[in-house]
Amino acid sequence: MSSKICAVIDYGMGNLHSAHGALQTVAPDTKVVVTSDPEVILKADHVVLPGVGAIRDCMAEIRAQGIDQVVAEVRNSKPLLGICVGLQAMMDSSEENGGVDCMGLFSGQVKFFGNDLVENGEQLKVPHMGWNRVEQVAHPLWSGIADNSRFYFVHSYYVQAADASQVKGRGHYGVDFAAAMGQDNVFAVQFHPEKSHNAGLALLRNFLAWDGQA
Amino acid sequence: MALAKRIIPCLDVDKGRVVKGVNFVGIRDAGDPVEIAKRYNDQGADEITFLDITASHEGRDTTVHMVEAIAEQVFIPLTVGGGIRELEDIRRMLNAGADKVSINSAAVYNPEFVKAASDKFGAQCIVVAIDAKQVADDRWEIFTHGGRKPTGINAVEWAVKMAEYGAGEILLTSMDRDGVKSGFDLGVTRAIADAVNIPVIASGGVGNLDHLVDGVKQGHADAVLAASIFHFGEYTVQQAKEHMAAAGIEMRLD
Repeated sequence: MSSKICAVIDYGMGNLHSAHGALQTVAPDTKVVVTSDPEVILKADHVVLPGVGAIRDCMAEIRAQGIDQVVAEVRNSKPLLGICVGLQAMMDSSEENGGVDCMGLFSGQVKFFGNDLVENGEQLKVPHMGWNRVEQVAHPLWSGIADNSRFYFVHSYYVQAADASQVKGRGHYGVDFAAAMGQDNVFAVQFHPEKSHNAGLALLRNFLAWDGQA
Repeated sequence: MALAKRIIPCLDVDKGRVVKGVNFVGIRDAGDPVEIAKRYNDQGADEITFLDITASHEGRDTTVHMVEAIAEQVFIPLTVGGGIRELEDIRRMLNAGADKVSINSAAVYNPEFVKAASDKFGAQCIVVAIDAKQVADDRWEIFTHGGRKPTGINAVEWAVKMAEYGAGEILLTSMDRDGVKSGFDLGVTRAIADAVNIPVIASGGVGNLDHLVDGVKQGHADAVLAASIFHFGEYTVQQAKEHMAAAGIEMRLD
C-alpha cells in the first residue's frame, strides 16, 4: 500500500512551514505536501485549509485560484481541516473588511470582538492572543486530549455559529465563541494546532487518523 | 477570564548561535539555539523570542536557517527580532517559520514601516519593540542603539501611536533595568499596558520569580519575557509558571 497523502492548500496567504512541519512530525508515514494544484488536492487522503491575515484577501485568493470549487468537492469526499482564517472562510460571511461573503460550509457569521470588550470590569485586549481553554463537544478529533485543554489563539474576529449542532468546541473571551466547528467530514478550529504544543499535535494526529466519520 | 498570561524565554542569537551565555545542566553545546529552544518548549514555554544581534548579511542567512530548523521541531509561537528594517526582512523570517517579527529601531526612524508591515502581513505578526528609559517622574522616553541614543519621544504616547499604526503587540524593555535583575520598571509597564488595547510584553530586569508576578499584577502586562533566570538554570520555565499560578495568575500548566 502506498503512503497516504495530506495536502495543505497554499493560496498565497502566509507561511505554511509550521503547519507542514507539525503534520509531518505527527505522521512520519504520511506524505504532507503544500500545494495549490487542484489535482493534487483532490487526490489527497486528507486536506488542510489554513489561513492568516485579512478575510477579504483570503477569500479573493480562494476564488481567484478556484480553491472554493476544490473545497466544495473535498467536503463531499474526504476529511477536511480548517485552521484559523481557514475556519472563518468556511462560515457564511464575515463582518471584517466591511462585510465579506465566505464559503458557507457552516452556518453563522464572523464578528469583531470590538474595542470595548470588558469582563469583570477588566478591559480585554484585542487581538485575543495566547493560550485559552476549549470546552469540547464529543468528536473523534478530541480523542486523547483532556477537556478544557489550552490551545494557542491569535484573532480579532470570532465565529458565531447559527447551528449549535455544528459547534464542536466552545471558547470564551469576553463573549462565547465557537473555537471548533464540525459537520460530517469537515472539522475546523479557530486556534492554531500547529502552534499549540502537545494538545495541538494530538489534534493533528487525530485528524490524519480520521476517516471522516463523526 | 480564562486566557493565560504568557512566559516567553528570550535568546540572543549571533550568526545562528546563542550568545550571552546559556548554562543548562546537561547541555554540552550550550550555544545551539535549536537545542535550547527545544528545552524551553519541553519546560512549557508559551512562546519563544529570538533577538538576532548579527551584524552581517551572511550571518543573517544563518539566522534564517536557524529559524527554519527550530520551526520544524518546536510547535509553539516563535518571534524573531533584531535587524528587521524592510518588508523583505519580514517575509524572509515568516517564510522561514517565524510567527511574528519584532520591529525596533526601524519603527522609530520610519513609523510608516509599521503601517506597511501590518497591512501586508497582518497585525497578528507585527510586534513593536520599545526600549524606554525613565527621564523624570512619570516620564519615559524611547532610546535607540542599545539605550545610548535618546530620541525625546514619550514612550507611552509612542506605544499608543504604534497600536494605531497596526502593531499587534508591544514588547516593552526598560533599559534602566535590563540585566540589573531588580525587577521590571512597573511604572512604565503599567502606563503603557493601560494606555493601549493590544497585548504588552514586559521585559528587562527579571531577577527572581516574584518579579514575574509583579509584572502581571502591578505592571498589568499580558506576558513576561526573561532570559538569564532561565539560561543559567536558576529556574525552569515550569517553576516560573507554577509560582505565578500560586500567586493567583491564570497560567497554562497542562
